[in-house]
Amino acid sequence: MKTESTLEKILVSGQLAVTSECGPPRGALPEKVKEKAEMLRGCVDAVNVTDNQTAMVRMSSLSACILIKQMGLNPLLQMVTRDRNRLAMQSEILGAYSHGIDNMLCLSGDHPRFGDHPAAAAVHDIDSVQAVDMVRQMRDEGLFQGGQKIDGPPKMFIGAAANPFADPFELRVARLAKKVKAGVDFIQTQCIYNVDKFEKWMEGVRDRGLDEKVYILAGITPMKSAGMAKYMKNKVPGMDVPDEVVKRIAGVAKENQAEEGMKMCLETIERLRNVKGVAGFHIMAIEWEHKVREIVERAGLLPRPVF
Amino acid sequence: MITAERKPIEDLINSVSSYRRILLLGCNECVTVCSAGGRKEVALLSSALQMHFMKEGHPFEIKEITLERQCDPEYVEELVPYIDQADAVLSMACGCGVQEVARRFKEKMVLPAVNTKFMGASERQGVWAERCAGCGDCVLGSTGGVCPIARCSKQLLNGPCGGSGKGKCEVDSDIDCAWQLIWDRLKALGMTEKYEENIPAKDWRTGRGAGPRKIVREDLAS
Repeated sequence: MKTESTLEKILVSGQLAVTSECGPPRGALPEKVKEKAEMLRGCVDAVNVTDNQTAMVRMSSLSACILIKQMGLNPLLQMVTRDRNRLAMQSEILGAYSHGIDNMLCLSGDHPRFGDHPAAAAVHDIDSVQAVDMVRQMRDEGLFQGGQKIDGPPKMFIGAAANPFADPFELRVARLAKKVKAGVDFIQTQCIYNVDKFEKWMEGVRDRGLDEKVYILAGITPMKSAGMAKYMKNKVPGMDVPDEVVKRIAGVAKENQAEEGMKMCLETIERLRNVKGVAGFHIMAIEWEHKVREIVERAGLLPRPVF
Repeated sequence: MITAERKPIEDLINSVSSYRRILLLGCNECVTVCSAGGRKEVALLSSALQMHFMKEGHPFEIKEITLERQCDPEYVEELVPYIDQADAVLSMACGCGVQEVARRFKEKMVLPAVNTKFMGASERQGVWAERCAGCGDCVLGSTGGVCPIARCSKQLLNGPCGGSGKGKCEVDSDIDCAWQLIWDRLKALGMTEKYEENIPAKDWRTGRGAGPRKIVREDLAS
């Protein structure tokens, strides 16, 4: 074991892990964080807390993580390289670990042009691969990125993202290999709708033995409606929603679309849990957090292991 | 080269409207090549300003000069005989030229007529694109001759991000994904294994990180 992280313990035990996410509010109301996180109690192993996602200003990931930690849940700090240089990132990591937050996810982050501050400068002092390397060095060597010794190194369980659906497909396994080389412990993937393509990517991952070196949590987002399916297909960069997925959900009456979306996501989980190298699921129920429990329950992933 | 674009005419009219005698100053280097501030653009802007102020009945004199290089003190010195006859200089050079003129003539207002954009190359007639960010420590040897700092919207040294689609960047479909270009080049060179060498965090001190930079060549310095 590299850390004290509960998520790591579950993954090491060989049981399927379940994570979900909580997007912090666009204001300073702590109860909004608590309401969302409460819905996830007992049904996930860690709660990802997003970091100014879609480049919109929100309550900071760290402060929302602390609120969630105080509730007795297990937060996972997301950190984008867009908003902070290496000094700010490292101080944030020290702060997080001092509050007992021991999972994190290193991301580059959505470009400011997609958010509500398009005039902002993006930092990108380091990229996500370098961020993984930095956190690993802090943990395993007890050294800051700049090379100085840390007095009490943070023992983070280190995650990163992978999008098997972005182009060029042929280097998506190689990009994962770079993150593995940098020292990533687990991966949470982009939402999977094109299951065939995901399985093809996993085949490439296994061919290189990467599934033995990193825990891969498959990204799952239930579709609420045909409108959402079309939006995801056409408007969200890096998303691969095949025509048949849109057709299927659009093919049922509007009032039944949410249930159809739920069934589709359960079918995806059922299919993927048997794919070698899939170590768990990352359920991103966007503004639909109250459905996470139902998904996890119907997928037969309850109760969650206790460590 | 350094690329630039002329500021909107309304802005230029505003910026010179409180002066009577203007020295409109072109440059025969980069801004000539990118058609922003060479002899031809000086003549065009001069006519436009004269027409405007004539219509307004505002007394206005303009003198046109295009220097060989506005960023070079040797050429800027050529302005000595003319500078006193102008209330202000309107420079069509890049920011380097504007500053050189301002440095030489401390008591003369120097106004920029162009927005300096980037170091780039001509893609085709009338189109220039950014190529170099001047980071001071060239990585092109590792990236197939395509710069990820200047050409990836997130300046990822280990890209591409998850927003690369059909060879384009998620930020704008007019932007090529730099990492797609890098990958294509590495393939063409038979060097795809190079991709998996992680590029470490960059030392930005060779770039803007350590403040304004200077090159001193002892062998040439006088």
